[in-house]
Amino acid sequence: MTALAWLVPVALFLGGLGLAAFMWALRSGQFEDLEGAAYRALEDDPPEQ
Amino acid sequence: MTVHAPITFRAQDAAQVTTEASFKSLTLAVENMHCGGCMRSVERAALGVAGVASARANLSAQRVSVAYDPARTGEPALIEALARAGFPAAPMQSVKPGAEQARQKYLLRRTAVAGFAAMNIMLISVAVWSGAASDMDLALATAFRWLSALIALPTVAYSGQPFFDSALGALKARRLNMDVPISLAILLATAMSLYQTIRGSEQVYFDAAVSLLFLLLVGRFLDETLRVRASSEAQNLLSLQSGMATVIEANGSHRLVPAHALRLGDRLLVAAGERVAADGVVLKGRGQVDQSLITGETMPLTVAAGQEVYAGTLNLTQPLNIEVRAADSATLLAEISRLMLAAEQGKARYRRLADRAAQVYAPAVHGLGLATFLGWLAIGASWQTALTYAIAVLIITCPCALALAVPAVQIAAASRLFRRRIIVKAADGLERTAETDMVVFDKTGTLTLGRPELLGQDAISGDVLIGAGRLAAASKHPYAKAIVAAAEKRTRAVAPASDVEEVPGLGLKRQLAQGEERLGSAEWCGVHSDGDDSEVWYRRDWMTPVRFRFTDSVRTDAAEIAATLKRQGFELALLSGDRQGVVDKVADEVGITTRLAGLRPADKIAWLGARASEGRKVLMVGDGLNDAPALAAAHASMSPASAADISQRAADFVFQGEKLAPVVEAIATARRARAMALQNFAVAAIYNVVCVPLAMAGFVTPLIAAIVMSTSSILVTANATRLADRGSR
Repeated sequence: MTALAWLVPVALFLGGLGLAAFMWALRSGQFEDLEGAAYRALEDDPPEQ
Repeated sequence: MTVHAPITFRAQDAAQVTTEASFKSLTLAVENMHCGGCMRSVERAALGVAGVASARANLSAQRVSVAYDPARTGEPALIEALARAGFPAAPMQSVKPGAEQARQKYLLRRTAVAGFAAMNIMLISVAVWSGAASDMDLALATAFRWLSALIALPTVAYSGQPFFDSALGALKARRLNMDVPISLAILLATAMSLYQTIRGSEQVYFDAAVSLLFLLLVGRFLDETLRVRASSEAQNLLSLQSGMATVIEANGSHRLVPAHALRLGDRLLVAAGERVAADGVVLKGRGQVDQSLITGETMPLTVAAGQEVYAGTLNLTQPLNIEVRAADSATLLAEISRLMLAAEQGKARYRRLADRAAQVYAPAVHGLGLATFLGWLAIGASWQTALTYAIAVLIITCPCALALAVPAVQIAAASRLFRRRIIVKAADGLERTAETDMVVFDKTGTLTLGRPELLGQDAISGDVLIGAGRLAAASKHPYAKAIVAAAEKRTRAVAPASDVEEVPGLGLKRQLAQGEERLGSAEWCGVHSDGDDSEVWYRRDWMTPVRFRFTDSVRTDAAEIAATLKRQGFELALLSGDRQGVVDKVADEVGITTRLAGLRPADKIAWLGARASEGRKVLMVGDGLNDAPALAAAHASMSPASAADISQRAADFVFQGEKLAPVVEAIATARRARAMALQNFAVAAIYNVVCVPLAMAGFVTPLIAAIVMSTSSILVTANATRLADRGSR
């Protein structure tokens, strides 16, 4: 049972990490262009700048 | 290092922010961008302009953001570069950019937090509930409940905001909306659970409250997504429609200016083949303008100095100098706008299906919850038990089917239409279209393509047709274009003749060794004709003159679509501003019996009003400026993408392409969407009929209520996805 004392916080921390990552992605505009991103991955040229 | 002072920019309302001291950024709506390759071409074209620091295309939004040095380049240069690459672009015209996008992100953040909390609380709850049946010790179970409380309380406070705000707003206005029982259920369940946690009791239902919140937020988010998408596409359309105008400065130099930035008294140069950007008066030049978008009349009109021309008309022959008079309230545009405004006020009364359902539903839910609480108190249960049962009733009846399934169905329907090149502009347009039982068409540009075609081509000799075609190739007049098109059917390429002289309003001529060759009106060719002005004569000095007649060709599938609609039980009508003879001809060809000719915009509204008072729900399909008020007045409306911008603004749907099939497609999709929404209501109703009595009888704990409710939500959402395309891309 003592395992729970650290397993539960770890689970919550990992979930929180996912949430934070999502919030960051939302803020930094990762969801602005869902269709275009699919094509950019296929682009051969190096991105400018 | 020099830092450029930010210079004043013409398009003040275009979405732009200063990124660095010397750079400005600008967002342009871009047409024709369909794939990764196009995206790359757009970015390359923008980067090719000297002074552009970065360019990033957005394929979903059909826009490109550019950062540039205002000292070295500007909006017109960018637009020109993009147009040269084959992508017509225009600055965004939105007054307050991103108000809806901000609301969408606000909901998405709250949905994410609620989702995170719901999953973690569920994780803990499953342990506690299964532990209750085995050997979990009491201290651990209590600790877990406190942990749930720790996650749930901030989540409810944060993610519940959209519901609490809306419920408070409704209560302040002494009304009930669906958010009132939702807020009540969430707040009561949370408060009750906190009380039980403090007492150390087992009746803790944070899981139910938070997962309810999560599901409802998903529904809200989907609803908002549809709204954002519709309005963003509408903004693109508007920006692209308005186009650019060439202003003649006092010193005689020319400057390109976005049409919306034109000012009263500006002098414009309208080249042949360009659309007039604003209402105005001709100062210099004499030429023909195609007014079909404004009046529905197919015949070009000859204008000279002192005469009025309207925004949206096409200048056919000679360059014109125009002075802008748009602000004059006597202009046609102002008149049309007034009619539209009045017509739209009528439509604002439309209440969405979900709202109408909520009006009946909300009081019923409150009544049942209250009855459960009082009933259990009356037969002697403790107040905690009575309240727990009442909360279970509130959770069970929570309108997830209403809140989640209707938006899910509509998003699926809008995506399906978008792939078929039909843009949904009004979020409730689908619902209104599904209710229609009558389809009314405009003639020019709607049933017809809005461009003339040469009649009896086969009877004309190849020599005459090609000779006339070579002469006609020098002109931009629609009849000349029709002759060229006919000539091109005989021979591959029609080489334009040299030394052709064009006299606006009359015709073309050139001098040959054998004599003179003329193409134009009867008067121009020196023939006496009793025909109307929709004919063109071709005369060579050494031959008898030949007459060309034209017809505005009907869209290829118009008759088929009319037949399909009639078979589906729709009544059809044709309303036009054109002459009776022309209207009759088109109506006969398409197969529409109800036809009215010579109507002014106000007449069209009056006719639609009469149908509405008979209880008819009309879908209006039109393109011209003269149709705009009728589009706004009709129950639902559609416009082809070639329509006047004000018509596209008024229409619920805008469709692309040369066919009329989108009308049938839009109606079919709207009807399927409504059928699915009703199916979803039925699923919800059955589930309520089964579960509410059980909950009232106290057989359902809030946890089970939450699980059952989630299941019904998933069921209705899965049903909605059936509307999306199967197989095709």
